[in-house]
Amino acid sequence: MTEGPIRILVPSGSLGSGVRETEVRRGIELGAHAIATDAGSTDSGAAYLALGISKNDRGAVKRDLAILLQAGAAAGIPVIIGTAGQAGGDLNVDWTRDIALEIARERGLSPRIALLYSEQDKATLKALNAAGRIRPLPPLGPLEDATIDGCDHIVAAMGPEPYVAALQAGASVIIGGRTTDTAVLACFALMHGMDAGAAWHAAKIAECGSQCTVRPADGAGVLVTIGTDGFEVEPLNPANRCDPHSVSAHMLYENANPFRLTEPGGVLDVTHARYVALDDRRVRVTGSVWEPQPYTMKLEGASRGRYQTVMLIGIQDPEVLSRLDEFHDRMLGALYERARRSLGPEAGDFHLSLRLYGWNAVSGDRPPPGTPPPREVGVLFVATAETQALATRIAKACNAWFFHFPIVADQELPSYGFAFTPADIERGPVFEFRLNHVVAVDDAMQLVRTAWIDLREGAAA
Amino acid sequence: MTTVRDACRHVRSKNAGPYWVTVDLFFRDADHFARYAGSPALGPTLFARLFGADPALVQHHRVADLDILKVSYPRTSPQGGEVERDMHCGQQFVRLLDIELD
Repeated sequence: MTEGPIRILVPSGSLGSGVRETEVRRGIELGAHAIATDAGSTDSGAAYLALGISKNDRGAVKRDLAILLQAGAAAGIPVIIGTAGQAGGDLNVDWTRDIALEIARERGLSPRIALLYSEQDKATLKALNAAGRIRPLPPLGPLEDATIDGCDHIVAAMGPEPYVAALQAGASVIIGGRTTDTAVLACFALMHGMDAGAAWHAAKIAECGSQCTVRPADGAGVLVTIGTDGFEVEPLNPANRCDPHSVSAHMLYENANPFRLTEPGGVLDVTHARYVALDDRRVRVTGSVWEPQPYTMKLEGASRGRYQTVMLIGIQDPEVLSRLDEFHDRMLGALYERARRSLGPEAGDFHLSLRLYGWNAVSGDRPPPGTPPPREVGVLFVATAETQALATRIAKACNAWFFHFPIVADQELPSYGFAFTPADIERGPVFEFRLNHVVAVDDAMQLVRTAWIDLREGAAA
Repeated sequence: MTTVRDACRHVRSKNAGPYWVTVDLFFRDADHFARYAGSPALGPTLFARLFGADPALVQHHRVADLDILKVSYPRTSPQGGEVERDMHCGQQFVRLLDIELD
């Protein structure tokens, strides 16, 4: 056991976003006891969980992971990755596992890898739901079995316990499925008995790497030093700085509540935390409190919905630009009519949307009367239907109307600016998150599976 | 007449998970924070009117050390639906800028 304090090297906000080799070297020189980072979040939407794919390019993830695995092996310290492959489903974990194995083979590394899986099967969740162990978080209501059935993949966000168990069992590399960002960074210090409030708060501050520094773009990672009565944070880039403002302001980021953060097994309360500059680039934080609570894990589920086909035109014609709302309404009506007439009942319950970029596409609002016309607009046509083939048939039926719809009757038909040929682009299904619920478990390992790959010489894989 | 734009040096919005949006109003200084962070004009009904949020669920958090008011509200449809217009809600703050505070 290390006496403490515990130093955690957080190389970047997310694996694949650009780890810097010089920063990792510096963190090791400063005495890091572990390297820890998450590799995803729900931030980029439900597609990555629903499809089990990464948001990041495989090459970018491989590059970052190679730097970390090499540095961890050379220094003899563990490398801890959470929410692997963006969404942390089983497919995302296995994708990351294969990259790690490829790196180990190419570089002659021999890690002992623990794989932590937290994807859930539907029968298990229905049983837990029937037993009253699953409850909704606002704004959603009670969980229906049909919602569980509708999801492509469902994960439970792990706490630190499965990581601690893997470290204690001798893992030199951990590739974890969906985990809270903080648990990945807090686990090593918690295992070594550091103050729980300090460990969780340090993890929250460091979760986005250099985001908590004065110049977030000037570097990628930070080092947190976690003790028995507080923690310190500093940028890995010696030219960058943290100050009390940059550190405390990070509690606001992507957080509904800046003072209280619910985690598996407790709540981090930073209401009375004090942020003090140690010198011109390091900040010390004390007064963070961990309140133990009954153990819960947050569930995330993603499903695919209907399919979309899109088209895009640009318009500069001043006559159209001076009457944009009227143009939008008339064209939308004409396109619905055209699609219905062309496809008949086969079209089903489809949906059309025209989004006028340069006018009101982002808000969807009507600009107030008297708003001056823009110089040009882009019009995005979105057809949503039960199948991809149907959405594309609707787009093709609308093609000529979308391209040539006149604002002035009885004149030569205009032609708007198509950017591509073919004009219709199949966008695939709409992906949505379906769950915002927590499950109460008796044991932090109850919904987690651990698998091992041991590449040490003589070890049976 | 003072608007949000006048009273704040920075305003931002961002998704906080797939079901929530959070807005941070960075007031110009402690005086502006003291005068406007509790303004009824920034109350739950504003977020109901502008964003369709259930006013009973709107949360206000005053971070006095930083002169920041954080307001969090639930989205009317989860991130990424059929008519998604702002996946990360990063543009939603704009509707607040011209709100009059006094």
